[in-house]
Amino acid sequence: MTEPVLSIENLTIALPEGAERAFAVDGVSLQLFAGEILCIVGESGSGKSMSANAMMGLLPDLVRPVGGRIVFGGVDLLDKTEAELMDLRGRKLAMIFQEPMSALNPLMRVEDQIAEVYEAHRLLSPKTRAARAVELLTEVGIPDPAKAAEAYPFQLSGGQRQRVMIAMALALEPEILIADEPTTALDVTTQAQILKLIRDLQRKRGMAVMFITHDFGVVAEIADRVAVMQLGKLMETGTADAVLDNPQHAYTRKLIAAIPRLAAGQAPARKEKPPVLEVESLSKTYRTGGGLFSRPRVVEAVKDVSLQLAEGETLGIVGESGSGKSSVGRCLVRLMEPDRGTVRLAGRDMAHLKGERLRAARGSIQMIFQDPYASLNPRARIGRIIAEGPMAHGVARREAYERAARLLELVGLDVSAINRYPHEFSGGQRQRVGIARALALEPRVIIADEAVSALDVSIQAQVLDLLADLKERLDLALIFITHDLRVAAQICDRIAVMHKGELVETGPAHDIFNRPRNAYTRTLIEAIPGREKELATAG
Amino acid sequence: MLRFILMRLVKAAIILIAILTLNFFLIHAAPGDPAAVLAGEAGAADAQFIEQLRERFGLDKPLLTQLGIYLGGVLQLDLGYSYRQQMPVADLIFARLPATLLLTLTAFVIALVLGTLAGVLASARVGKWSDTVISTLALLFYATPLFWVALMAVLVFSVFLNWLPGFGYETVGANHTGFRRALDIAQHLILPATTLGLFFMAVYMRMTRASMLEVSRLDFVKTARAKGLKPGIIQRRHIFRNAMLPVVTLAGLQAGQLVGGAVLTETVFAWPGIGRLMFEALAQRDYNLLLGIFFVSAAMVLLFNLITDILYRVVDPRIRVAS
Repeated sequence: MTEPVLSIENLTIALPEGAERAFAVDGVSLQLFAGEILCIVGESGSGKSMSANAMMGLLPDLVRPVGGRIVFGGVDLLDKTEAELMDLRGRKLAMIFQEPMSALNPLMRVEDQIAEVYEAHRLLSPKTRAARAVELLTEVGIPDPAKAAEAYPFQLSGGQRQRVMIAMALALEPEILIADEPTTALDVTTQAQILKLIRDLQRKRGMAVMFITHDFGVVAEIADRVAVMQLGKLMETGTADAVLDNPQHAYTRKLIAAIPRLAAGQAPARKEKPPVLEVESLSKTYRTGGGLFSRPRVVEAVKDVSLQLAEGETLGIVGESGSGKSSVGRCLVRLMEPDRGTVRLAGRDMAHLKGERLRAARGSIQMIFQDPYASLNPRARIGRIIAEGPMAHGVARREAYERAARLLELVGLDVSAINRYPHEFSGGQRQRVGIARALALEPRVIIADEAVSALDVSIQAQVLDLLADLKERLDLALIFITHDLRVAAQICDRIAVMHKGELVETGPAHDIFNRPRNAYTRTLIEAIPGREKELATAG
Repeated sequence: MLRFILMRLVKAAIILIAILTLNFFLIHAAPGDPAAVLAGEAGAADAQFIEQLRERFGLDKPLLTQLGIYLGGVLQLDLGYSYRQQMPVADLIFARLPATLLLTLTAFVIALVLGTLAGVLASARVGKWSDTVISTLALLFYATPLFWVALMAVLVFSVFLNWLPGFGYETVGANHTGFRRALDIAQHLILPATTLGLFFMAVYMRMTRASMLEVSRLDFVKTARAKGLKPGIIQRRHIFRNAMLPVVTLAGLQAGQLVGGAVLTETVFAWPGIGRLMFEALAQRDYNLLLGIFFVSAAMVLLFNLITDILYRVVDPRIRVAS
């Protein structure tokens, strides 16, 4: 085998005192070869990003490497001074990040931000820098590169911003590109394009790419070799095919098993049940800004959406960001006033209830939110968080707390949680609290808005199982709003696909995935990372 | 941009009329009768004399008519007549306005420049002793009562050291002209402007420091480091410019209060400004003068709000391009 461009030898990175564990990265050895894409996979806290930051010399202040070497070009990067590292950054090693929204300076034009890379290394004249910026933007496939160069980041979409980041990283033809979850914040169709772009550029330039991700679908799509990390330790390395098809380590097997499968098999034949929720011609338009003299900006978030939810059914509403799926959810629970349309819950129109009657009706339709960190009041104990709803509906305090205790058991948490605060729990546990809170009012319908999107894949699998189990036991109807088609495939009986505020297709999950009728649905499904690999393995 | 400014000016005019009307009714709702006060000071407080005074100043007319007359006058830049000082209100205000603006604007610039600089320095050395010294000093100036700092400044620099004049706007009786006069006023300005400036400096210092630290944690700063940029450039170009956005907002809010905001300083340093004029007008129930000062300070607030908004559009492309 040829010499690696970079090799990490027995790297150990210490966390500050009082952290959850002593080492962020613990004795990791990895090699990166020219012309390959090495995927580092792991859940949050696995140390994958820390390893990458250590290579760039960009570790947070209190985190420092305490052992091992990172050998690049025959020397140990950990021995380099800050000035020497500055010279390497951007020129030999480049990096792109997860959040294209925040990774660019909002006050600077795109071309100036790209030109800065040359400026930092005192290359080219200011004029040629600007011309190079346009060339690079052309290379990363931005429509109208000359115009994009003049633009400010907020004028570009998320995918375009990530292309700008890539253009910036490629400016000095680095030997190594480190990509830290570069597609995690993007929509699935955009993700597919960016993955292809990275793959193409890597082949064209023969770069080595270290690609950090939590998503095995992405791994299947892009990786030559894979390294699996857990809690700072390297679990397993190997070629992509070997690790995906024949994982050696138990942790890798567990991770892969937790991935929701697309091939939902034959949809179970359900008995026709009466609808519990009927939505007709729901519309919602947002007006922002505007005043005495200026016209407001109008966005039609939901356009004439009609759907039905049968008792005990799980309906998935899927779509990309801005498709209006969350707006539908919010209109259904009346967190937001729909402009037009009816929402009949067990025959009663929720959309036009007011005051006391709306308050009374709210109990029968409840919501679980996306961010388990932001959706629980940090100053309230878990008991109060769960009991508050029933108490507001007139249940005695004692009884409400007893119910809260039973619900905690039901969602798989210890009863002692009742006296603790949200920050004492992990993301997955908090989401269980969120589910208990939604169940406290004994609703007939639960709306889960991206309820597992913020969770690691193994935790996500547990929460999905819990939801499926509760649904059976309590005979709930569930509306599951998600951008993740894999999750939808696993949990939903029927799926509604939204695009630009409109419902473009509704049908049984099995049909949507295997025989999509709408062109947009097809694009969406084809963009799911790892789909081809999964089909090949299944077939 | 021109259209934006025009629209804002029209809005400002409407707001100004609303403020005037509200002030007018508020003042008339307060207890106390200017005619009675005037008559009392003239030593002839009988009912007939008071009635005559009322008639002379138009105070006998219905309130709405009085408001109409007043607003009509304002449109022609006539702010009415001060019964008490026997002079047009506009003359009184414009005689005092330059002194106040000179004092408050100088203090404002001192506060803004020193505060921002101190904030940048402190943020660059966060947790080190220089950060602690800067933060403590700024807090000290903010927490100490303004009039006490002013008195101490007079005591030290004027009485003991005899470096600077301790009160007034210029040397009385010196009759300087031209450059000599400007120099004389500048010398008088140093103590009050610095005292007032140091007080407000703390706010800008803390805001700048916090904002710089917050921005330095954002992703695009990491992007800048990953490019291989030098720390100095990252500080200036990436962190500082973004960190200034909240400081601009704060400065705009404070600049609006420049006209009325220096009563204490003007009093201690015997500075002939609007603050003292307002205080006197309040004590003497000089309705027209009070309304006039309110009008000018409201106009000033609106003007500085407009300037802030224009500035914001210059520094933040998201606002400039989006609208």
